[in-house]
Amino acid sequence: MSCLNSQATAMMCPRGMTARIQIALTVTLFAWAGAAMAQKSSADSIAEYRTMLQDGNPADLFEAKGEDLWKQKRGPKNASLEQCDLGKGPGVVKGAWVELPRYFADTGRVQDMESRLLTCMQTLQGFNAEALAKTPFGKDEQNNVTAIATWISAESKGMTFNLSQSHVEERKMYEVGKRLFYLRGGSHDFACATCHAQDDKRIRLQDLPNLTKQPGAANGFGAWPAYRVSNGQMWGMQLRLNDCYRQQRFPYPLFGSEATIALGVYMGVNGKGGDATAPAIKR
Amino acid sequence: MSDPMRIRAQAAGGNATIRVLMSHEMESGQRKDGNGKIIPAWHIQDVTASLNGKPVMTAEWGPAVSKNPFLQFTIKGAKAGDKVAITWKDNRGESRTDEAAVT
Repeated sequence: MSCLNSQATAMMCPRGMTARIQIALTVTLFAWAGAAMAQKSSADSIAEYRTMLQDGNPADLFEAKGEDLWKQKRGPKNASLEQCDLGKGPGVVKGAWVELPRYFADTGRVQDMESRLLTCMQTLQGFNAEALAKTPFGKDEQNNVTAIATWISAESKGMTFNLSQSHVEERKMYEVGKRLFYLRGGSHDFACATCHAQDDKRIRLQDLPNLTKQPGAANGFGAWPAYRVSNGQMWGMQLRLNDCYRQQRFPYPLFGSEATIALGVYMGVNGKGGDATAPAIKR
Repeated sequence: MSDPMRIRAQAAGGNATIRVLMSHEMESGQRKDGNGKIIPAWHIQDVTASLNGKPVMTAEWGPAVSKNPFLQFTIKGAKAGDKVAITWKDNRGESRTDEAAVT
């Protein structure tokens, strides 16, 4: 122990030194209190900023476009998506999103909203789902998928999340999602859990939702698709997760991959009872 | 072809609050693409609003306005049932007009 170490006791140090340490400690404490106050107010400011923008959320534009696309006859089969079964029967859109991802008997797997949309676009409209999944985000038909997803989510706005865990595949996907959530790897030895498994974590000045429980899980999962003001883009959950993996320096999971769907099940089930706020607006 | 605007017009206390969302890239002309070439400017230049066919507001916009811009203003004396029309014209000469009734 030395006198420069804050744990050094007064006994071991000359008087002057102790005094200086005490002053230093006081200053540190003030700085901490200041940072805590600034932290709170920046979170408040971001919340205020979001409320102000919410009124003119450009997601509305994508929502309108998505509704049009849903009803429009398109694709090689020149059909609309109006008979698409999102889990509550053909053509039922309201309330479908707060129950997704879920198990679908016709495809024999658990699907989230975006991957289910691809299935409908293939079976009803004759698009090639595999080619659609490979289309980069923000390009061609992928833009339409995002717009339709925005509209579907908006139809469930304000409803509460209620994902089913009754099918064995749904329970399996929850377990897979949980393991992926805690899986550390990549050059930064990162997991989703590194940032999203504790309360009151921040990245830069943004609060991070704790996705392992309520209310964080629904706040996070229930806000996407969302419009990102900083780049003027509409992002669906698939792109959100792809970007999380990019930040973790993981390889990109494919669009509608088992991995991203499993994470969707994990977050969605954790968010049970929470409100669906999508399409939201993000910084 | 451009996407439609979203116009909301609500009457309150003898005035109407108009809120408009426009779908436009609003490229500033300052950004570069992946090859380092400047992306040409492409943005709305003129915005006009009319009430029952009579112009009530004009605005000149430049490259500093955001993508998918939001515009809010008040029209004095507008009542429910009045027609509000918004027109934008961009620097490529494209334009779009959408209309909404005051509620």
